[in-house]
This record gives sequence, C-alpha cells and structure tokens, in this order.
Amino acid sequence: MEKKNHTLKNEAPDLPNGTRLLGKWYRKPYHIRGILGRGATGVVYLAEAREGEVALKVGNNSMSITSEVNVLKHFAKVQGHILGPSFIDADDVYINGRKYPFYVMEYLQGETLFNHIDRHGKEWGPVLIVQLLGDLDRLHRAGWVFGDLKPDNLIVVGGPPYRVRWLDVGGTTVLGRSVKEYTEFFDRGYWGLGDRKAEPTYDLFAAAMILLNMTYKKRFEKGRDGKETLIAHIEGSRVLSPYQQWLKKALFGQFADAEKMRQALMHIISKEAKPLSKDPSSQAQQKSANHQKKKRKKQKGGGRRQGFSSVDVVLVISFLLLASALYWVGQVI
Amino acid sequence: MNTGTLRQILLITDGCSNEGGDPSAIAALANEQQIAVNVIGVLEESAMNEQAQTEIENIALAGGGIQQIVYKKQLAQTVQMVTTQAMTQTLQGVVNQELSQILGKEQEWDELPPEKRGEVMEVVDEIGETVNLEVAILVDTSASMRTKLPTVQDALIDLSISMSSRGGSNRFMVLAFPGKKKDVDVLREWTSGMEQLSGIFQKITTGGVTPTGPALKATLQQFGKLRKRSLISRGKEEPYLEERGS
Repeated sequence: MEKKNHTLKNEAPDLPNGTRLLGKWYRKPYHIRGILGRGATGVVYLAEAREGEVALKVGNNSMSITSEVNVLKHFAKVQGHILGPSFIDADDVYINGRKYPFYVMEYLQGETLFNHIDRHGKEWGPVLIVQLLGDLDRLHRAGWVFGDLKPDNLIVVGGPPYRVRWLDVGGTTVLGRSVKEYTEFFDRGYWGLGDRKAEPTYDLFAAAMILLNMTYKKRFEKGRDGKETLIAHIEGSRVLSPYQQWLKKALFGQFADAEKMRQALMHIISKEAKPLSKDPSSQAQQKSANHQKKKRKKQKGGGRRQGFSSVDVVLVISFLLLASALYWVGQVI
Repeated sequence: MNTGTLRQILLITDGCSNEGGDPSAIAALANEQQIAVNVIGVLEESAMNEQAQTEIENIALAGGGIQQIVYKKQLAQTVQMVTTQAMTQTLQGVVNQELSQILGKEQEWDELPPEKRGEVMEVVDEIGETVNLEVAILVDTSASMRTKLPTVQDALIDLSISMSSRGGSNRFMVLAFPGKKKDVDVLREWTSGMEQLSGIFQKITTGGVTPTGPALKATLQQFGKLRKRSLISRGKEEPYLEERGS
C-alpha cells in the first residue's frame, strides 16, 4: 500500500516552466507556463491546454482537491451569472513516481482588489462590494455559502467594464454545514460575533470586513474584546463615516440577506455621490424616499418646482431600488 | 465497526518526551482501538529541534493521525484544521475499507476515477458533518510550554466554535501533563461545550519532566470511562440532541 502523507503541509510539487503534464485518466496534455499562486491546498499554475490558457491546480491531498472540484462543478449549475472560474478538467498526474491530483479551470486575468483601487480610485471599493453582494445573493439562493471570503480570493477582471469575480472557491460550503476554511480577520468566530455555521450572515460579516480591510490596509488583531475593537475601527476613520451603520448591521448579523445589504450599500453610495448636504430640504426628501407613497407625491412636487434636478435622479434610483426590493420580498414569500 | 462516533486524541506539545518510554507505542495502541492520535507541535519563532520533530511525526504515524508543526501565532486555526482533517481522514479510512470489501483488495479511494471520487467525497462530507465526535485534548504543560498556554487556551475556544457549528454532537475533555501527582491531570471532564475554558491553565504547576507516553496512556483510558458512562445513561441521553454553544 502506498504510504500516505500525514501532514497538512502543502507539499505539492514545484513544476518549472515548460513542464509537460499528461492526465492519467483522460490523457489531456498541459504545458506549465508559470506560477499563479500558492494556496493552502496546492499550487496554481498558468498552463497551456488544447483550449488555450488555463489555470491548473496541483494538490497533494486528494480529499481537499476533490472537494474543490465538487464545488466548482456545483458553481456551474448556478444559473445566470458565472460566479467562480468555470471548471474544465480533473485528473491525476505522476511526477517523479508519485501521484498528485490536479484540476483545471478557466484562467481569470485581472488584478487584485487592492491594485484596482490604487489604480482607479477609492470610490471603486464600495462599488466592487455591491457587485460582490449581488453574487453572494445568487450563491446563497442556490444553497451555498462562500466561507473564506477575503480580497485574496477575489479578482477584478476586464476593464472596462470591470467586474469582481471569485478566484478561489475552495472554502464554499453547503448551507447549514460548518465552515472549515476561513481567515481569522474575516471570520466572525474569531471576533466573538458568532459561530461558523454556513449561513448567509457568515458571508455578510466577511463582506463588511473587506471594506474595513480596504480602509485600514492592515489586518488588525482583535485585542481584548473583538467587538469593541471593531467598533473602534468603524468609528475611527472619517472615510467610513457614511458606512458606520451599514458596517455595524453587517457585522452584528442584522442584514437578513445579501440583497438587503446590497440595497443599503447602493443607497449610501448614491447619497454620497451628491453634494446634497448643503440643502437640508433635499436631505429630508431622501429620508422619506423609504416610503413609496410619500415618494411619489414629492417627485411630482419636485417636478413642478424646478424641472429635473439631480435630486430627482436620486429619487428615481431609490424608487427603483425599492421596487426591486419589494419584488424580491414577493419572490421569497 | 461503529462509525457513529469518531474518537481522537489531540496532543499539543513543543518538545521531546523524557520519561516513560516511547510515546508512539501508545499511539499505535490507540490506533488499534480506532482512536486517532493527532499531534500539533508548537514552537517559538526560532528553529525546530529535529529530534522533537521526528518524535511528533512518529506519534502521528503510529496513531493513524495527522501532525502539524506551527508557530504560536497560527495555533488557533491549526487546531481546528487538524481536528477537522483528521476526522475526514478517519472517515476516508472507513470508506476505503468498505470499498476494498466491495471491489477487492488494493482498491482504494484514490484509485477511483475523479468523478466517482467526487461522489464519495460528498458522502464523506455529509457524514463528517453529522457524526458524533469525541476529542481528548492532551496539553503538554512542561516548563517550556508555559508562555504558550494562553494561546493554547484561545485555540481550544476557537475549536469549540467550529465544532459547535457542526450538526453532530461533540464531547471534549482537556488534560494536562505532567500532572501534580500522576502522569496527567484532568482539567475538564467530558463536556459538550468548551465555553468555560477561561483560566483553564492557571492553576497548573509546570513540571520538569515530559512523560508523553504515560500521559497518552492515561488519556486513552478516559475513552473507556466515557463509553461505560454512556452505556449506563443510554436511553435518556440522546447524543444528537446537544445544546449548541452560542
């Protein structure tokens, strides 16, 4: 019997450029072109296949590689949007007489969240999170939780238009099970704010932490009291002041689902984008936008007063938001 | 074979045993009783002692478990990962046994084509989520471990968060060695949650010797006690109806 490797250490082989791999089961050839990254479960290479450039992950532990393949295949079934990289092939390969499992997926070309924000501006941060929350909502509806959600597992592709995509889906867990892969800073268990049950609020916590990570750059530690440390950091940055309530709601598990958190974030961003604060009446109008009936009235009134202003645009946007929120609520019920 | 409950010993240590013989012999004995022995070696940021490393590897090999050497800072997540992965590995072993009975000898899970492997893995994941788990955590509290104990305590609380998020029931016990008078002291009797772990290592006196072998042996006996106890109380105590830690 083959001697098993009993460590958790990543002992996937180093494959130099130009190495040719041939799958044991399906005999598909791959040429290694370089390293894309190292994860907890293996090394991801850029490789050339018959279908062009692909990302190829060679692992050491057949169990974890198989789990990841399962997740990728399930992702393919989530209709409409392509959430993660699409799955291409799974096989084994012999390297120096030892068998290693590997799988092949779509190669996503893009830049990290942080690079994108550095190059295109801070305002991209919340917008990318809006995109992310939309994907999370679709994932949750399909019965999954992302789990190990952090900037490292995301990539911004294309450009323009830019779109955030999921790079590594290894931590994805069936709804209701326990999350096994996580990163302390983004894990509500670490901060003492909940367990590791795979439920939508687990991902929403991590999504909010991404904004904190983007703001502070550094991943600070929890200190004596996790909750207090988080509150201090939320309140300690002027950049975050419009997002304070939104962040707290997400971190304390008060958003029922990703869509509600997404709506709330879009609302903040659209409010932010306008120099509304000078005019108190328009601010009051915005607050009342939560109420559909009142809103219609004011829209009319606004039109009489002075034709189309930017306030109207904001109102129309928030009306659309509200309508889609109601639509979703209707769907759920 | 009973697949309803998985039993593990988790040994957290930083160095070499120096009393009571070869600990891997006891680990092999545990393995014979379907109790996996996993070892986590904790070190300071300085280099690892090679002799200690070999001992850690050998205990885990003999005990059919997993070993991992970590720096103090990464301990919390490692304890969780080792426990989870060891659980999966044990289930994998059970699946392999079943497979070789159906498909003939030498037919291991690894030998299946990737698609079939995926299907088996889903079943393993499912069982791993619902199976009952008994973990005896054995902590080396010899002098050199003293500074690491607060981190160990955090790691155990962290493990408890992960385990209480599972569907299956959990039982933990925490032991320390060397004990005051015996080879080990029981710090926490078998319990389903580890909420009250704060200050768990406060009262212990750190001894000079490291009797890893005898300590493992004493830990092994604790599983027998648990089995006896649950036989007596069977019927009333339904293992699937555990209260969840919040």
